[in-house]
Amino acid sequence: MIDFVAKKQWFFLISWILVIMGITSLIVSQVQLGTPLRLGTDFAGGTSMTLEFNPAVQQSRLREEMAKLGYDKATIQNAGEGRFIIHVKELTSDEAKELAEQLGAALDSQVKIGDYYLASPTVGARAARSAVIAVIVASIAMLFYIVWAFRHMPKSFRWGSCAVIALIHDVFITVGIFSLLGLLAGVEIDALFITGLLTVVGYSINNIVVVFDRIRENKAKAISPDFAVTVNSSIVETLGRCLNTSLTTLFVILALFLFGGATIHYFVLVLLLGVVIGTYDSICVAGPLLVVWERGEWRALLPWVKRPA
Amino acid sequence: MIFTLVLFGFALWSVVPLDRNVVGREGLRLGLDLAGGSYLVYQADLTGIAPGTESQIMDGVKGVVERRINALGITEPVVEIQRQEGEYRIAIQLPGIADIEKAKQMVGLFTILEFREQDATGNWTPAKGTVNSEELTLTSRYFKENTFVTVDQYGKPLLVFEWDETGAQLSKQITTRLLNKPLAIYLGDEPLKGEDGHIIAPIVRAVITDRGQIEGLSLADARELSLLLNAGRIDVPLGRWADGQFQPSIPLYERTVDATLGQDSIRKSIIAAVVGIVLLLIFMLIYYRLPGLVACLSLGIYGTVLLAIFKLVPITLTLPGLAGFIVSLGMAVDANVLIFERMREELRGGRSLTAAVEAGFNRAWTAIRDSNITTFIACIVLFWLGGTLGALMVRGFALILFIGVALSMFTAITITRTFLRLITGSQVITNPAAYGVPLSTVRNTQ
Repeated sequence: MIDFVAKKQWFFLISWILVIMGITSLIVSQVQLGTPLRLGTDFAGGTSMTLEFNPAVQQSRLREEMAKLGYDKATIQNAGEGRFIIHVKELTSDEAKELAEQLGAALDSQVKIGDYYLASPTVGARAARSAVIAVIVASIAMLFYIVWAFRHMPKSFRWGSCAVIALIHDVFITVGIFSLLGLLAGVEIDALFITGLLTVVGYSINNIVVVFDRIRENKAKAISPDFAVTVNSSIVETLGRCLNTSLTTLFVILALFLFGGATIHYFVLVLLLGVVIGTYDSICVAGPLLVVWERGEWRALLPWVKRPA
Repeated sequence: MIFTLVLFGFALWSVVPLDRNVVGREGLRLGLDLAGGSYLVYQADLTGIAPGTESQIMDGVKGVVERRINALGITEPVVEIQRQEGEYRIAIQLPGIADIEKAKQMVGLFTILEFREQDATGNWTPAKGTVNSEELTLTSRYFKENTFVTVDQYGKPLLVFEWDETGAQLSKQITTRLLNKPLAIYLGDEPLKGEDGHIIAPIVRAVITDRGQIEGLSLADARELSLLLNAGRIDVPLGRWADGQFQPSIPLYERTVDATLGQDSIRKSIIAAVVGIVLLLIFMLIYYRLPGLVACLSLGIYGTVLLAIFKLVPITLTLPGLAGFIVSLGMAVDANVLIFERMREELRGGRSLTAAVEAGFNRAWTAIRDSNITTFIACIVLFWLGGTLGALMVRGFALILFIGVALSMFTAITITRTFLRLITGSQVITNPAAYGVPLSTVRNTQ
């Protein structure tokens, strides 16, 4: 039997590294870009286009030419197969065509606008506000669900808090990774990012509830006087279920990520990261957290602090 | 079992010709990001509109926009009114390759209707009169906003209208001049046409001063016209607000997707779906054996029924929606996994097959229900969020995931159960190994 609880320090260390990395990236992004995440057209307004070059051109060359034309602040994402998704200031469809033609001429390539999207800058801020409201509303609704789902659990506040901490940890890591991608690869977040995030948070709750439910059952059965042992056997017993439900979902998401095309690439990436991290935390973080709280071993949360001899 | 077969048969029948139009079996409705096309959202400038009448006025504006777009020969445009935070928007979906600039020009025009008379050569020219020594054209601007539809004593529809002061003077001069002659109504350079395709040009039967009525319209035409006249009373420009200034004719959101990019997206989604499903099936077969096979069958039925729902409702498929469909396939198996895991536990506990199947279903139900509630919550919030954004895409994903998850609960507890009962009941396959539980691990309590 794998002892997940005994290895909790390692899991906490991994989680801390990921969370701190995410927070650092959010701060760096705030300093460099003015926002913790690179905002896409939905939230920042402006025009984004998918430009299809035939033959394909180099991203660095495209960036150079765009800078020459005065678009040095443009975000450019390589979407593969000669396609680039660029986000620039607001351009009407005629101006966009003109820009595409100039780029085509400068790069000696046939260019076509595959996807043209304009959002008024004034609605961006409102859309961002709507998104924040949506996240808050969903969080409250899910919190209610957790309270309801944990109503039979012993010390339901404590158990519920552990579940919520695990979920917040998921969200931080996912958001952090996207902030990093925004800094390094120009990946922007749009309405679909929020969509993916809420979907996986909803999905992740279940795994935690299943594990905790089993802990409750086993505790009632008094399978061991040691709470850590009870928690660990509960995790192991539900391992098959947790891994298999996640795996089946992961298979299709992975297929979408690899073959689904550039338009929804990062949307699918949110789902992918969310399911992986959600599964990891329901197995390796949420249960051990419960043990730490139960025993009051708060020092275990900070694995780099040496235990007194 | 019979129910399952009938359901599957019906779903299959309605799905099979995916791209052909057969009576009652239209092709899947594709969103503009898959089929190619444009999407425009405008804000309406409703300053100067009496409070409380906005939604009526917007109905009229919508009618005007639809007419203008139809006049461009674009097939099946979808025009809808969106309302949020007391502000009205008009969202327009134009499928296929369209001259977007022309469409934008047409939509941006004001919604004033103009009356025209026929000159000696038969051309329609604006009907003019003189008020306070100023030459004016009779337009919908001069209506009082109480235009309404009623029926006369023979049950024929009547459109009753009233002019304001200026309108009454103009109308008196014009109807005196045009007695027994037609008067047509124009929207821009297009005459209004009835549902029979004829120009709406009522003959002037009497001199009309302040009040009048139009007869001989069909009920639908009369209703439509009253909407247009009420809306046309006041200019409702479409455009957008920016820094407190209204910019007419400029859309709030504009999106145009090239049809070839859309086809590419469809092709890639299909590849992804096939790869994902094959992986899923292989995994289920290897890990769960016979029940895995049953889950595959059940998944096949699930997919077919879901597609049938998309077609029959119909639900517009967008690219994220397609992703939602594929993800829901993975999640659909989830319910089966829960049941099978429980079954295996029961089998290991030494229960008979039939008992294990029943216990598996009964005990797994609460877990299935609970595990889907949060997804439902997320979908509902997302559906709302999608409405407040210009993005159609968020809604498509949320709607399809919601339907998919709901249906997956249904298929898991009905279809999978039916199949499993059938197999265990027939006593053909009784080796627990076929159910993924080697005999050696079964606790011998019987």
